[in-house]
Amino acid sequence: MRVSSTWQGESAASVTFTFNGQRVTGRAGDTVASALLANDIRLVGRSFKYHRPRGILTAGSEEPNALVTVGTGPDRMPNVRATVQEIYQGLEVVSQNHIGPLHRDLMAVNDVLHPFLGAGFYYKTFMWPRSFWERVYEPLIRRAAGLGALSGEAGGATSEKAYAFCDVLVIGAGITGIMAALTAAEAGADVILAEDAMVAGGQTGPQDGQIGDLAAGDWSQTRLDQLRAIPNVRVMLRTAVTGVYDDGSFAALERTGLHLPPGPDLPRETFWRIRAKQAVLATGALERPIAFPGNDRPGIMMTSAIATYAERFGVVPGRRIAVFATCDHAHRTIAALARQQGFSKLTVIDPRPDAVALGDYRLIAGAEVIGTRGRLGLREITIRKGGTEQRLEADCLGLSGGWNPSVHLTCHLGARPVWDEARAMFLPAPGAVPGLHPAGACNGTLSVAGCLREGQAAALTALRAMGRKPRAPALPDASDDPGRGRTLWAVAAKGRAWLDFANDVTTKDVKQAAQEGFTSVEHMKRYTTQGMAPDQGKSSNIGALAILADATGRTISTTGTTTFRPPFVPVTLKAMGAGAEGKGFAPERLTTSHAATLARGAPMIEAGLWYRPSYFPAKGETTWQQSCDREVRMVRATVGVVDVSTLGKIEIMGQDAGAFLDFLYTNTFSTLPVGRARYGLMLREDGHVMDDGTSARLAPEHFVMTTTTAAAGQVMAHMEFTAQALRPDLDVRFLSVTEQWAQFSVAGPLSRELMNSVLDDPIDDTAFPFMGCGAVKVHGIPARLFRISFSGERAYEIAVPARYGDALYRDLVARAEVLGGGAYGMEALNVLRLEKGFITHAEIHGRVTAFDIGMQGMLSGKKDFIGKAAAGRPGLLDPARERLVGLKPVDPDGVLTAGARLFKPEDPPEARNDQGYVTSVGQSPNLGHMIALAFLRHGPEREGHEIMMIDALRGIRTKVEVVPPVFFDREGGRARG
Amino acid sequence: MLIPCPQCGPRDIREFTCKGHETYMHRPSPAAPPEAWDDHLHNRDNPAGPTREMWHHVAGCGAWLVVERNTVTHAVTGAMLAREVAR
Amino acid sequence: MAELIATSPLRDLTPITIGNVTLTEGIPGQVWAVLPWRGATEAASTALQSAHGLPFPAPGNLHKAGSTRIAWAGLDQAFLLGTTPDTALAAHAALIDQSDAWAHLVLSGPATREVLARLVPVDLAPAACPKGSARRTLLGHMSCLILHPGGDTFEILVFRSMASSAVHDLTRAMTAVAARDLRGAQTPG
Ligand SMILES: [Zn+2]
Repeated sequence: MRVSSTWQGESAASVTFTFNGQRVTGRAGDTVASALLANDIRLVGRSFKYHRPRGILTAGSEEPNALVTVGTGPDRMPNVRATVQEIYQGLEVVSQNHIGPLHRDLMAVNDVLHPFLGAGFYYKTFMWPRSFWERVYEPLIRRAAGLGALSGEAGGATSEKAYAFCDVLVIGAGITGIMAALTAAEAGADVILAEDAMVAGGQTGPQDGQIGDLAAGDWSQTRLDQLRAIPNVRVMLRTAVTGVYDDGSFAALERTGLHLPPGPDLPRETFWRIRAKQAVLATGALERPIAFPGNDRPGIMMTSAIATYAERFGVVPGRRIAVFATCDHAHRTIAALARQQGFSKLTVIDPRPDAVALGDYRLIAGAEVIGTRGRLGLREITIRKGGTEQRLEADCLGLSGGWNPSVHLTCHLGARPVWDEARAMFLPAPGAVPGLHPAGACNGTLSVAGCLREGQAAALTALRAMGRKPRAPALPDASDDPGRGRTLWAVAAKGRAWLDFANDVTTKDVKQAAQEGFTSVEHMKRYTTQGMAPDQGKSSNIGALAILADATGRTISTTGTTTFRPPFVPVTLKAMGAGAEGKGFAPERLTTSHAATLARGAPMIEAGLWYRPSYFPAKGETTWQQSCDREVRMVRATVGVVDVSTLGKIEIMGQDAGAFLDFLYTNTFSTLPVGRARYGLMLREDGHVMDDGTSARLAPEHFVMTTTTAAAGQVMAHMEFTAQALRPDLDVRFLSVTEQWAQFSVAGPLSRELMNSVLDDPIDDTAFPFMGCGAVKVHGIPARLFRISFSGERAYEIAVPARYGDALYRDLVARAEVLGGGAYGMEALNVLRLEKGFITHAEIHGRVTAFDIGMQGMLSGKKDFIGKAAAGRPGLLDPARERLVGLKPVDPDGVLTAGARLFKPEDPPEARNDQGYVTSVGQSPNLGHMIALAFLRHGPEREGHEIMMIDALRGIRTKVEVVPPVFFDREGGRARG
Repeated sequence: MLIPCPQCGPRDIREFTCKGHETYMHRPSPAAPPEAWDDHLHNRDNPAGPTREMWHHVAGCGAWLVVERNTVTHAVTGAMLAREVAR
Repeated sequence: MAELIATSPLRDLTPITIGNVTLTEGIPGQVWAVLPWRGATEAASTALQSAHGLPFPAPGNLHKAGSTRIAWAGLDQAFLLGTTPDTALAAHAALIDQSDAWAHLVLSGPATREVLARLVPVDLAPAACPKGSARRTLLGHMSCLILHPGGDTFEILVFRSMASSAVHDLTRAMTAVAARDLRGAQTPG
């Protein structure tokens, strides 16, 4: 029933949404919960295990009961708290966890079967027979388990991630947090004030009297408006701080657009990473329920929630409201409500015999609620006073068992809260999180004046920790009386009394766990599933461990709490992974020839982050193999052009550049003449191959190194480590120039002819012999030319500043085509290098040595280099190691596959008989059969032997002959020219 | 975690990679016995408490750092340029 | 003789305006890495000062003299922008041409810092990143150099090959920030 609204305003617009298909009208600013209550809809869902009817317990993000599914299609979100979700025109809300209509759930049979479904039911029942585990039990349990479901559709409105920085992060915009934010802002600090709700003020209301000359309930909003006007303050409403991490890092989830219809641009949620120098924790306290039989019916809710619905939304959640309260605070709340429209018939049941009514309501002191009635919603409660029982008509029952400080965030770095016996509360451990200062209700302080005082003090502490000298402004006058209360965890009465409403855990389940030996609070939790629902036991953890302490004869202090872990409220994976969909997953590195390559219809393949052409389909070609074969023949017969800009290029300069390369490479570079390039092998310090490539000497103190595409980043980091940490004595400077130069390989018998058609000054083999290099001009542009070959043909690599890459690539390919050649891709490049036995990272994959690849001779004996000592260990020089060989099929039609294992033909193909594996394969159009590189035990000693290649994954067995790992032009005459 | 890079100031660990204990800086002489190389390459303590590690500010200034941190409290107590330590 | 036509890393991709933020391609002209030889930072700074009127920058700094600028760009590394280094510098530093290595994006407008807060894990607020700052950090997953010449303008240098990914990520962030204003959602800051 709606009577009025102070916060939304009387003029708030009508908003229509649907609940289970039924049209419901609320007001702008309503949550789903407040709108449903305004329309007298109390039944909103079913409990997890017994499918008991469930209503709305709270008015905040701690809600265990009212979990609903909102939205449609890819924007559908399950397990949304109706107490948090704000309504908008057209919002679709459906209830969860029932088969058939909500009011006639077929699964409610579980509630009748409850004597058989106690704690540990699933563990005990679905044990035997073993053959039923996967076929019967798992599908059965999976169907019954879980709450709401995702749509299974991809896409939908996006979310985002963002960073924020501040001096002081204030968590919570109740009176404590607002006082802290005001204090910090006044001192000039950069402040972020984050509040989970869509409105400031927390639990403060009319029951709290005056703060200064303002009504307590209005103080927060007035001060928040002031804070918003201060430039160094950032107010973040609808933002829950979800986690605390090292060094002042906080995670927070903002409901950026969840209160609005999904649109294409506005993020649904923002996952914030906040870095704060200091922080004030002002998360308040959650009201504590009381366990008594039948305490879970729709209509039973926290007294603080009744007050919030009345204050914030003008909603009266029942016509006959009773409250079961053990503390003065609840009496103040009821006294304040009693003055409002719609709250005429209020009854308070208080177990304290000396309780005194504080206002215009009926008080039954020295009494307890011991039972409830009403199938789909509360109708009547049973009260026991002394030895007599009486029934009272009630459609709404408030619960007030005291307060549990929200200490969660103080525990995220591993601290445990401390039990305060006098106040019967868990409080933050002192210094639990460095730089995080708890204040107010989360610190156990419940009076209005106390909260203001602590909020200010925490901010002053934070400011001083930052080296500021803040002044302490006078605090407004407010009540300093926290009120008194009595602790009542559970009423002694017969019947099921709920602790965890979401997961249907009763006091009996906890006692049973204790009886069966699960006496540790962590074991009890897992055995009963208490606290394991989406609300993570916010309203049940403390009560459950109190019952456990009682059942095991221990104190609450020694029983302890379970571990509080992030996130404080559920965080969607969509928010955490925001931005990583599609193109956001990883940067794409595109070469300067990318557009021209796409224009020629080449499919692209990924090489690390780079995109490179796979092959260039020509007219009439229908398979990649046809294109690849043609491109290989083309390079061997005329000339081909390929972009090799993706290889790492590192410019190395300085008087010790040669000495630096000598230390990095196994072979010697200080003796390399200017104008020449040399192949180099680089090891890790553990003696295994890291990378290979050529380095060229452009000037006496100037080299340019190439690395493989795959290892460019690793080699750069390795060089930086070597220069900075191992050899700071060397005067050498280096920098990646991979992006500066567009570099193209021009390969084939006609490559010099092609080069001379673009170079300003023609070259010959005297000026540019094999492995020669130097500065040239191409179409008037200064360029670098290297005569190096990865194909075994005469080849040149021409490098120009990247701005000319697109133009030069198009020009080179066009000219190659005139000569009967053209562009070639990675498939052909791979076959060309395989025919020559040139290795790539398929071979130097991190577990092979120079010895394994037949390059032991490149390990200089005259100098020290990285990896030298380790490479000489006997185990790395064992002839029985898997060593590089070539393979060819005995039958020319035989298929070779990369990853296949090698066996002696007579051995069964079992792991213990394994002889090695295939690393790279290709179809050689020049040889007419497949060829492969492989690592084989005793490798080169077995040339001429036949072995069996077995690819168990693809079901391929091929008899192969071991051959030297060079299949074509063994003498190398073609490249040398 | 924040690492106080001497060049860039405190930065989030997402900008760094960790190589391991600072042992990697102290390379034995080429003539050292195999045991010394074995210790250098493979044998590490697993300290519960203070330790010194090599971190690379790879998405920042490119400096290699020797970072002092506590494996129990996660507190980072210092960071120096590796080349200053090596000298 | 044919002529090679130069193409810029961001051709066809910019300018883009979303909300009050505009992304354009900057024209830095020359970019030269200046890496002082071992122990020669002072000497390099003196030579820079006499040749270009600029010092070798301390970590995090960007200096300007006329149309020439110099930005700290890493350990022992600065980028001289807008000119070719004087040959006298070679005695004190390695000089490496980077003019074609970087895509140079310029982001300006009132909400620029909010856009960058979606992608950059360092504080770019005026107090932490004043006018004349240079930062090596990340733009999403991309290594970058961020220059702040002042006002609401930030220049972002990313690898040339990653230009389109940088534009993609920035566009997405610009869209999300602008939507907050349009949709009436709260705007942080
Ligand atoms: Zn750094």
